[in-house]
Amino acid sequence: MIHVENLVKTFGEVKAVDGVSFDVPAGEIFAFLGPNGAGKTTTIQMLTTLLAPTSGTITIDGLDPRRTPHDVRRRFGIVFQDPSLDGELTAYENMELHGVLYHVPRRVRGERIERLMKVFELWERRDTVVKQFSGGMKRRLEIARGLLHTPKILFLDEPTLGLDPQSRNQLWTHVKHLNETEQVTVFLTTHYMDEADRVAQRIAIIDHGHIVAQGTSQELKVQTGTDSLEAAFLKLTGSTIRDESADVSGDQMRQMAKMWSNRR
Amino acid sequence: MSVVYILWLRELKRYSRSRAMIVASLGQPLLYLLVLGFGLGPVFQQAGRGSYLQFVAPGVVGMSVLFSSIFSGIGLLWDRQFGFLKETLVAPVPRLQIMTGRTLGGATTAMIQGLLVLTVCLIAGFRPSHPGLLPLAVLFMALVSIVFAALGTAIGSTLQNMQGFQLIMNFLVMPIFFLSGALFPLTNLPTALAVITRLDPLTYGIDGLRGALIGSSHFAVATNLSVLGVVAALFLGLGAYSFSKIQI
Repeated sequence: MIHVENLVKTFGEVKAVDGVSFDVPAGEIFAFLGPNGAGKTTTIQMLTTLLAPTSGTITIDGLDPRRTPHDVRRRFGIVFQDPSLDGELTAYENMELHGVLYHVPRRVRGERIERLMKVFELWERRDTVVKQFSGGMKRRLEIARGLLHTPKILFLDEPTLGLDPQSRNQLWTHVKHLNETEQVTVFLTTHYMDEADRVAQRIAIIDHGHIVAQGTSQELKVQTGTDSLEAAFLKLTGSTIRDESADVSGDQMRQMAKMWSNRR
Repeated sequence: MSVVYILWLRELKRYSRSRAMIVASLGQPLLYLLVLGFGLGPVFQQAGRGSYLQFVAPGVVGMSVLFSSIFSGIGLLWDRQFGFLKETLVAPVPRLQIMTGRTLGGATTAMIQGLLVLTVCLIAGFRPSHPGLLPLAVLFMALVSIVFAALGTAIGSTLQNMQGFQLIMNFLVMPIFFLSGALFPLTNLPTALAVITRLDPLTYGIDGLRGALIGSSHFAVATNLSVLGVVAALFLGLGAYSFSKIQI
């Protein structure tokens, strides 16, 4: 379903992704793990047509995202690492807007929105403006939205970041269910090793833009001679803490934006 | 088509939900209208130019249309900041449709804003000389809205942060307003100023509004309409181009 060969992305001097290759067969749940700044999000951005690779090939369901971006976009759903909802619209309006953007036919749109919002326990709050939602509710809404157009592939970029154990559990249960009943291929990144261990059939570990190991959780443990995925991960990527290059202007903007929205 | 519509509708919903902001945004035009209208009124009258309130009201309407349309486009910055831009850019729809929906939505809210300010002007004592020409005034508001919503989109697509926003505000938006003849007549200007005012697209919008609302204008209606039409087409092209180049 996803085929990546020798993928490279450089930003100026920095090689964010350096010769990455992997395959995700249809119907698999594939976890992409790595420390901060390892190249996970950059890879996802290239897979989802948001970023053009410097070199290498990507095939999504037999298509090249660079040549046929629209056809590729129709095939996947994505839950971004950062929020991407419109806070001024209600939960239902966010869902509906997504449905229109993804050409979900009007006759099935309402019914699907209702079903998904019920699954993620948001239906009661459908007419609430999203900026009043808690972090967990926003996350759930994003995931529900990503599933609205019944994608073949679901990209989840750290979907459980900042969620309580209940919501995390609910999310993964639903993702597994979706994978089993509708054969949705799932490509996920997470920092929680227990989640990857529990959910993913195969795992790739990326560090400094390279894939340092891939296989089932069992294979990784055997390969590193450890007894948990977390220990295997630390053995493969070292235990020094990584700092993501601080995006100063981004931080300032966030503050300004906050000031503005408070003033309203 | 439904994509354009839903994004247009989004702008309207966002606008109608920011009631406090709508009220706040009426403050500045009102200040200009009352302080300048009544403050400069006597001087203007002595110069044999008639009522300054009558003269400045179309300028104030044009100003509010300018501000709200250009800010609607720059609102892209917020969408980028709050992440919603990604949601639209990753969708399987041509960017041109996204840009069109947004820009038309922004232009529509700017027109509503202009009509609100016009209403405020009427309450403050402004009287249009030919009420029958009101549709023409609305047409000019629409053109000004489109011109500057498209310009705002072009700017919003290239700006990365709020510092840039301040720069645009001080070095583009304010000059566009002050050099448009919103506050002063275009006759007998020093040559340099006369040239610059003629390069400002808002000049033709405000002159058109003045023609429609108080029956006196510097240029012919046809001139105003065609200049605005050409600039609108140009800026829409520019906006579409910049929007197509956005990288997340």
